[in-house]
Amino acid sequence: MLDIKNLHVSLEEEDKQILKGVDLTVEAGKVHAIMGPNGSGKSTLSYVLSGRDGYEVTNGAASLKGEDLLDMEPEERAAAGLFLAFQYPVEIPGVGNMTFLRTAVNAQRKARGEEELSAADFLKEVRAKAKALKIDADMLKRPVNVGFSGGEKKRNEILQMAMLEPAMCILDETDSGLDVDAMKLVAEGVNALRDEGRGFLVITHYQRLLDHIKPDVVHIMANGRIVKTGGPELALEVEQNGYADILAEVA
Amino acid sequence: MANPAAKQDPLEARLAALSMPDCAGWAADARNGALGRLRAIGLPSKRDEYWKFTNPATLTQADAPGASLFKHEEPLPFAEVDRLHIVFVDGVFDAEASDDLAMEGIEIERLSDAQTRDIHWAKDLYGSLEADGQTPVDRPLAALNTAFASDGIVIRVSGQPTKPINFTYRHRDESSDVILHHVVKVEEGAKVTILENGPAAARFSKTMEVDVADNAEFHHVRTQGRDHERRAVTHMFARLGENSVFKSFTMTVNGVLTRNEAVIDIRGDNATAHIAGAAVGDKATGDFHHDDTVFITHDAVNCESRQVFKKVLRNGAEGVFQGKILVKPGAQKTDGYQLSQALLLDDDSSFQAKPELEIYADDVQCSHGSTTGAIDEEAHFYLRSRGVPADIATDLLVLAFLAESIDEIEDETLRADILDRLQAWLDRHRG
Repeated sequence: MLDIKNLHVSLEEEDKQILKGVDLTVEAGKVHAIMGPNGSGKSTLSYVLSGRDGYEVTNGAASLKGEDLLDMEPEERAAAGLFLAFQYPVEIPGVGNMTFLRTAVNAQRKARGEEELSAADFLKEVRAKAKALKIDADMLKRPVNVGFSGGEKKRNEILQMAMLEPAMCILDETDSGLDVDAMKLVAEGVNALRDEGRGFLVITHYQRLLDHIKPDVVHIMANGRIVKTGGPELALEVEQNGYADILAEVA
Repeated sequence: MANPAAKQDPLEARLAALSMPDCAGWAADARNGALGRLRAIGLPSKRDEYWKFTNPATLTQADAPGASLFKHEEPLPFAEVDRLHIVFVDGVFDAEASDDLAMEGIEIERLSDAQTRDIHWAKDLYGSLEADGQTPVDRPLAALNTAFASDGIVIRVSGQPTKPINFTYRHRDESSDVILHHVVKVEEGAKVTILENGPAAARFSKTMEVDVADNAEFHHVRTQGRDHERRAVTHMFARLGENSVFKSFTMTVNGVLTRNEAVIDIRGDNATAHIAGAAVGDKATGDFHHDDTVFITHDAVNCESRQVFKKVLRNGAEGVFQGKILVKPGAQKTDGYQLSQALLLDDDSSFQAKPELEIYADDVQCSHGSTTGAIDEEAHFYLRSRGVPADIATDLLVLAFLAESIDEIEDETLRADILDRLQAWLDRHRG
């Protein structure tokens, strides 16, 4: 599904290398988690994959279902099936949440040569999916993320994911700023989307999100590289002993 | 005025190209009074403080520069609205294209008919609000308009007519030079909506004087569009009585030069005045310079005024805002709000703003804000990351930026019509 090979990335504005050779493959149907200390390059990886400005790929490759991701515009990556749930979802005053969702859904369908969703079908679908995430009609009407609490913003991300039905979902610290109940709700939303055709990459500092979204594979990232890969037990080890032991071990 | 004598020659040249229509005594007096005001102040020039950001040369020169017609299939705005339609072609009232002027609760007459009658209610208004509006700032082009208007409509509203009145200004002749003057009197407890649209002329001067009596309401939605080379200077003079409501919205697209002045005099307690504008210009399809100049005077207690002006400028388009709120002594409990913002889609476009507050009462609430900015890159990327193509994402953010001014239109049908126009303009100017 997602193949990353020897990915090297620098900041455009300053000569600073963030990713120093990341190798990672996420198979369809699997949930991979990336854990790591602050500044290890986890968020940079998610931004580079989604096509944000400000980063320069100096070496390596990344592809989605065999298609070269790094050559595509952000909207093309989305239409190809990539989705990034933002750590800090952006507020867009003046753009209604519904308008935004519908524009996005139909733009992707159009890009894939599919028919646009009718207003009625769209409404039906969005209402059902919003209900499961406890997103009320008022939140759908309000401008995108404006005045939303931290938990509401994250649920709104998952609603977008549910509507867009991407093949590859990247969740960037989706647990940050969430209380336990909100985290459960978000995790349920994610778990509902798990199926054989879809891959997940869950980026997190803490093991607790992984109690709710059970990973198949856990990677530890440090200093711009994946330094250790294992099963779910690796997350527990981090939780108990911190990163220091693991980092010392691979150093 | 710095040196009126130096301005006399261009004024004489301009006046030589104009003639006053035959009128009854009162109307001739009003027109000659305006001509006297014009002679006293002279034509505006770039050196005048009030014209610092907009060069009036092409508005004052004797011959109007030509403007080619912009042809496209899209019907004019408000075509779907149930309205009483009044059509001008190159500034001449077209009775055949217009609806019957009779309607319950309202009296509509052509200016030339009103002004040839010896006795007419318009006597107290024609040129009178314009004359009041000359203090403290000279408005020579409005005086010129009063003196030489060749056509127009006078309206007296006594009830609540069921349909809006729609002035459509068609432009057919590439060299048309047009001066129109309307008078609207909304009597106590009456209510009216006036719509205006159409490119009007190669050079268009229009003045509207509006008297809103106690407990009366005046609503106004206007579009200025299409022809890229058209020039316009418009003046709105309004006087508000107790508990009255005045709401005006203008959408401007294209136009090499547009100057819209609004002078609102709040005289009665508990009155409300809202004035808003949304202007979009793209120099890639022709020069664009748009100037909103607003002067609101609070001379009564517990009144609210609100100005919301937004401009989207692209490829070197220019925007200007000059807005003033004057709160006179005793105008306590005034609530004044003024917002002027420009969204610059590139480094070549420019916006100049001069917001002013002058307050002589101590129990008032007045705020103003003026900002110039670019598209929010974070928001733009967020939209694209969801699959929205870059140009559509820009359009969404442009419409979001304009929303606060468009939301000033109360009527839902009219608001939707304006949004459709903006969307169509964006579709034509993508990239």
